[in-house]
Amino acid sequence: MEAAVFLLFGLVALVSAIMVVAHRNPVYATMSLVVTLVATAVLFVLLGSPFLAALQILLYTGAILVLFLFVIMLLNIGRERPSGARTTAQTWGSVLLALLLAGSLCRLLWDAHSDSVPAPLEVQFTSLRGVSDLLFSTYLLPFEMIGLLLLVAVVAASWVARRAEGEPPVDPEEERP
Amino acid sequence: MSPSALALAAMMALWLSALLAVAPFMLWFERRAPAFMQDRLGPNRVGPLGLIQGIADAVKFIFKEEFTPASADRPLFLLAPILALIPALTTYLVIPFGPEVEIAGHRLNLVVVDSDSGVLLFLALASLGVYALVLAGYSSNNKYSLMGSIRASAQMVSYELALTTAVVCALIPAGSLNLSEIVDYQRAHLWQALTQPVGLLVFLVAAFAETNRLPFDLPEAESELVAGYLTEYGGLRWAMFFMGEYMSMTTLSALCVTLYFGGWTLPFADFGGLPGLAQAAIGFTVLVAKIFLFLFLFVWVRWTFPRFRYDQLMRLGWKALLPLAVLQFVVTAALTIAGVL
Repeated sequence: MEAAVFLLFGLVALVSAIMVVAHRNPVYATMSLVVTLVATAVLFVLLGSPFLAALQILLYTGAILVLFLFVIMLLNIGRERPSGARTTAQTWGSVLLALLLAGSLCRLLWDAHSDSVPAPLEVQFTSLRGVSDLLFSTYLLPFEMIGLLLLVAVVAASWVARRAEGEPPVDPEEERP
Repeated sequence: MSPSALALAAMMALWLSALLAVAPFMLWFERRAPAFMQDRLGPNRVGPLGLIQGIADAVKFIFKEEFTPASADRPLFLLAPILALIPALTTYLVIPFGPEVEIAGHRLNLVVVDSDSGVLLFLALASLGVYALVLAGYSSNNKYSLMGSIRASAQMVSYELALTTAVVCALIPAGSLNLSEIVDYQRAHLWQALTQPVGLLVFLVAAFAETNRLPFDLPEAESELVAGYLTEYGGLRWAMFFMGEYMSMTTLSALCVTLYFGGWTLPFADFGGLPGLAQAAIGFTVLVAKIFLFLFLFVWVRWTFPRFRYDQLMRLGWKALLPLAVLQFVVTAALTIAGVL
């Protein structure tokens, strides 16, 4: 049963991951990414961490990818046209990166076959209580700094989106005397 | 089938039959209840009190033509109504409707998924609902549909923040994300509706916005956008969006009841001595009765308030509800640390 679920959702995750890069329509590519993330979330549940699965769906599929779709719809990006002209630097760069990735994957596979299989994480690292205990004790400083970083990003975004002086207000309420 | 798997299947069947009955019932109730508020009769011809009206409408939807516009993105156009049902058909799994009971010699917890991240699972699955609206608008290839789904995605992402913050406040005193433990906490102490009225208010307003109900039904505002993302849909596909909306109202009401109104429990009444099956029946009935009160509230508000303007909607969400929820968070956390709650 467990193996069947793993195989099914592993396959779904792989196929949809290929679709993300292969599909020419950006909306379909984004939806494939949604499928990939949900399928990996199922694998997280299978590995005994429903907390991680819920977080993945809540943050990535529920918020970030909705914004992706939102932007694609707002900008009305059509189908990507196949462009024959690709520079040599691009081709060689992508080949190099692909080799690097394949190499590290092979290394992982090799390790998995040898005896040095890493032990599965204990509950104290995967449960909700375990993760929050770690976040608010050992990793408190990095955690707070990420919060600060996000705040800076929000301030920067609203500064970029601000109205220049003298520009008419967008808010109809402000137009009234 | 093992006994525990059989019990899970039975509980899911109970929930599903209740949820599937909601849509035809609400179809009738949403016309009949406001009719009485406005001193009219409403649909009263089909069956006693017009109760079978919902089934008559369902038959009509099934026999209508399934029309797909020529310029629509066909796969996504067909996918969107199915996605609309996913959050509605999954989120009920974490809502408890009874204590741990003994039925036919087996210990059984009366909740389908008894998880320590129950609330998170609920919110995660509910957040998938926005895809149906976005894809419906995009695939229809119609400007009104697109406008509707852009409004819907902005609105739902904005109000999800206030909703989630309000939910977090309700979790602090019990110190758990397991809904069964939150109900137990409210049994031992007070209903959280009494201790966190501001959080409850934020939750309710955000729930109205999340389900796109009046006064926040801007994504389908008929006077501006024809029917928003629903413009190109008809027949059974339209009915699936409709069912999804009513089921989401029901599951959000169930979450509200569980977080703030003691879930399946009744104050001053303890059914612990009864046999397990009776406890399950009483718990489910109490839960459904409380949910029904909220469904009535949804209908009542719809026929009472006019629609917000779009900028008012955004201002309310970001500048009123979110700060209020954060205030409730600080107060609740302080009171919990002080040992009052």
